[in-house]
Amino acid sequence: MLQRRDFTFLATALLTSPWVRAQAPATWESVLGKARGQTVYWNAWAGDEKTNAFIAWVGTEVKSRHGVNLVHTRLKDTSEAVTRVIAEKSGGRNENGTVDLIWINGPNFLAMKQQGLLHGPVTQRLPNFKYVDVTRKRSNLIDFTTPVDGLAVPWSLAQIVFVYDSARLRNPAELPRSAPAMLDWARSHPGRLTHPKVSNFLGSTFLKQALVDLIADPAVLQVPATDASFASVTAPLWTWYDQLKPTLWRQGRQFPDNGAAQRQLLNDGEIDITVSFNPSEAAASVGAGLLPATVRSFTFRKGTIGNTSFVAIPYNAAHKEGALVVANFLIDPEAQARAQDIRYLGNLNVLDLSKLPAAESARFDRLTPSATLPSAAELGTPLLEPHASWMTRIEAEWQKRYTR
Amino acid sequence: MAEALHALRASAGAAAPGPRRLLRLAPVLTVAAFAVPIACGLVGTLMPAFGYLPAIGGEHWSLDPWRALRDAPGFFTSLQLTLVVGWVSTLISVLLALAVAGILHHRAGAKRLGTFLAPLLAMPHSALAIGFAFLVLPSGWLVRWVSPGLTGWTVPPDVGTVGAASGWPLIAALVMKEAPFLLLMILGALNQVRAPAQLAAARALGYGPVLAWFKVVLPQVYPQIRLPIYAVLAFSLSVVDVAIVLGPGNPPTLAVQAVRWFSDPDTARYFPAAAAATLLLGVVLASIGAWSLAERMARPLFNRWLERGERGGAVAPAAGLGAALGAVLAVLAVLSMLGMLLWSVARPWRFPDAFPPGLTVDTWARQADQLAGPAWTTLLVGVASTVLALVLTLASLENESRSPRPADRTAPAVTAVSASVWLLYLPLLVPQIAFLFGLQVLLIRLGLDATVSAVVWAHLVFVLPYLFLSLAEPWRAFDSRYARAAASLGASPWRVFWRVKLPILLKPLLIACAVAFAVSVGQYLPTLFAGAGRVATLTTEAVTLSAGADRRVIGTWAALQGLLPLLAYLLATTLPRLLHAGRKGIA
Repeated sequence: MLQRRDFTFLATALLTSPWVRAQAPATWESVLGKARGQTVYWNAWAGDEKTNAFIAWVGTEVKSRHGVNLVHTRLKDTSEAVTRVIAEKSGGRNENGTVDLIWINGPNFLAMKQQGLLHGPVTQRLPNFKYVDVTRKRSNLIDFTTPVDGLAVPWSLAQIVFVYDSARLRNPAELPRSAPAMLDWARSHPGRLTHPKVSNFLGSTFLKQALVDLIADPAVLQVPATDASFASVTAPLWTWYDQLKPTLWRQGRQFPDNGAAQRQLLNDGEIDITVSFNPSEAAASVGAGLLPATVRSFTFRKGTIGNTSFVAIPYNAAHKEGALVVANFLIDPEAQARAQDIRYLGNLNVLDLSKLPAAESARFDRLTPSATLPSAAELGTPLLEPHASWMTRIEAEWQKRYTR
Repeated sequence: MAEALHALRASAGAAAPGPRRLLRLAPVLTVAAFAVPIACGLVGTLMPAFGYLPAIGGEHWSLDPWRALRDAPGFFTSLQLTLVVGWVSTLISVLLALAVAGILHHRAGAKRLGTFLAPLLAMPHSALAIGFAFLVLPSGWLVRWVSPGLTGWTVPPDVGTVGAASGWPLIAALVMKEAPFLLLMILGALNQVRAPAQLAAARALGYGPVLAWFKVVLPQVYPQIRLPIYAVLAFSLSVVDVAIVLGPGNPPTLAVQAVRWFSDPDTARYFPAAAAATLLLGVVLASIGAWSLAERMARPLFNRWLERGERGGAVAPAAGLGAALGAVLAVLAVLSMLGMLLWSVARPWRFPDAFPPGLTVDTWARQADQLAGPAWTTLLVGVASTVLALVLTLASLENESRSPRPADRTAPAVTAVSASVWLLYLPLLVPQIAFLFGLQVLLIRLGLDATVSAVVWAHLVFVLPYLFLSLAEPWRAFDSRYARAAASLGASPWRVFWRVKLPILLKPLLIACAVAFAVSVGQYLPTLFAGAGRVATLTTEAVTLSAGADRRVIGTWAALQGLLPLLAYLLATTLPRLLHAGRKGIA
């Protein structure tokens, strides 16, 4: 007699086998059929007007193309949706859940995966998933060291870039394209570099990026930090930072509160280089009059850290087929091109453009031009996020070392 | 208030019918309105400071919160900074206020000083701080005026101003707000001493006008501004919004650190936060004690100086210098507000341009939707808390004036009176952070947290004393013969109140309301805590945005925040003129 667990195993085996993949279009037809008329509740962080407008656009598209109604459940924090699913599970509501789709990554994804709260694997069922870059954009498959295992669909990419004003730093050859080069640059330009305070996510990101760049083998960061490994692995970071700190803006005694405050300093001419986790943020800021039109972006020679935002379907979602249709539309080249256009959103696409038919990849050549945006060559291959424990420890260690 | 509360003792228990009885409850209600939340809040903060808050796992009394506080990175720097900022800004404020009063008292314009000070006082602290920040930044307005022409700076110099570890911009901004407050208190106190006659006598003995003021008037005025000085000291030691905008961030002042911990998602941080808030209460009480001790020690020195009878000395020149500094600070305060107004209509404006490249209303148009909600909330909370405070104050004052006066003013009665003045000052002497956390816990218990009514109540705690203090003086100065004349014509006490007292006292009443409204508009911490971070007012939003948002956007918030109390003040001064046009003497 087959146990239920065996069924799951069998289903997984079948789904990933070549035979099922060949059959996928037929399955997709039935998904589309069931999805028509469903109302999908997409729980997504709503703190950004442009993102909200993009989600609304997705809603009109899936409605006209597939008859799926999309409702944006506006969250202040993604954990609200996670909490709701957990509450539903503990209340015994194992089907007809109120959350159909969640915008998710990092600790929230890890929590849902560990507690078995996700429906799937789903990615191989999506016709558009064949366009997703799974070789160079590795964060599409590994989220903060957690294997995604097809349980979440990548839809946008963030990557660390550095922003500078080309009117003041005129020679691109002198841009500091590594952590050691940044120290040399800061020494010869005292007071012209800073980072957000380390209790802010972007501030600890700056240190994390330096660490990845400074150590010989960043692979050690893919496992959780221990007291011993943290001390030895981060030793080069602190040596580097001890030398860097006195050369920073205000002799490293003051730091901007957050990314926006740091951007204001660049706009006021108080500093020359800022760090950002969104390659199109500077271009959008130019458009909004928050930065001069002469700002440009650069990255490190060895690459910079990138991570992916996903959508995932809770195990008890009431409208799984509709959610699949929305997820599939999000990785449609048309949606990806629109999301990357700085007029709309400015998020990097998750696709491998070389896999696209010519007509589709041409969409990416027609995006709103901006000299501020880094080129694909400049962005290179994004590096993987270290395990979350490294960032937590870096922040605590910084406070211990430098708050007197 | 003093006598109003005294009436509470005198008439307690006496049975009286109808509205009169309600009126007798007024002093009790008035005191309860602010004393109950403070008392409950203090208890609610003290318990977690010693480890007890079962809701978040604090089951046992312990000193762990204090150890966590002591071991927090930068704790001692933070404590030192708090003390320096609090004491230095209070000392400077007191000296400047005395200097300006001493220099200006015999000049023609002195009478009009109050008219100039009122709008400055109405300005919310945080709006002024935000404007001042732009003024003194190395890339700020002052540097832009002289760069690169005079300085040669094509990029801003790398010197710390806003957020500097020494905290001097924080001190400067506090002086800008507190010195005018003390000056106004001195001007009020002057009405109660026979200054002109005594000054004339002193001048006849060969003392210069300034020296005569310091030697003859100051000793009489000082006892009356003692409590306001303590309030300034307490405020400067525990201020949060100004310190967030202008103070150091790593570590910040003790009060800001406590707020940061209280708002940390990790609830274990509540314990050191409560300990920090309790420590701040101790710091404030100890500082007031130290100041009063210093007063006593200074007294014999002052007397010896009086007895020596010097006619010259450094006092007059020093006072002149102080008054000049006061004038500079007043100009800076005005510039701070103008700078924000200019930013709100500026096109992208970069260093080192002294003025924006062009003006536009785009920012206002784009922000209109975001501004509307918090602006309405600010207005609603301000009007509601002012009206409540006004009703309580009027009822207490009316009760006082209708109660039989104590036959003889013996010593115990006087003690009771001064004790009730202290009670009135309570909300201004206790650091806000020390009771607001406990109050929040209480509000959650009552299911009232994050509601507008909770915010109104929290504002009332601060609005009430200011309104009472502003209104009590003119109310008591009311010439009772008018009331008696009306009564002899057959008017009931209520008719006298509505038809005689209110019209005559309309102007001071409206000004007291404008002061109260301004106090409400400026409240940051009470709004944050009682509203659980979910009730947004212009002040909470402006302080949040000050951390880095587009300066043009900050400009709209700060400008609107400053304009609301200004409009209220304008209304208070023009309305009586419109309503009473043609009625001589009271318009």
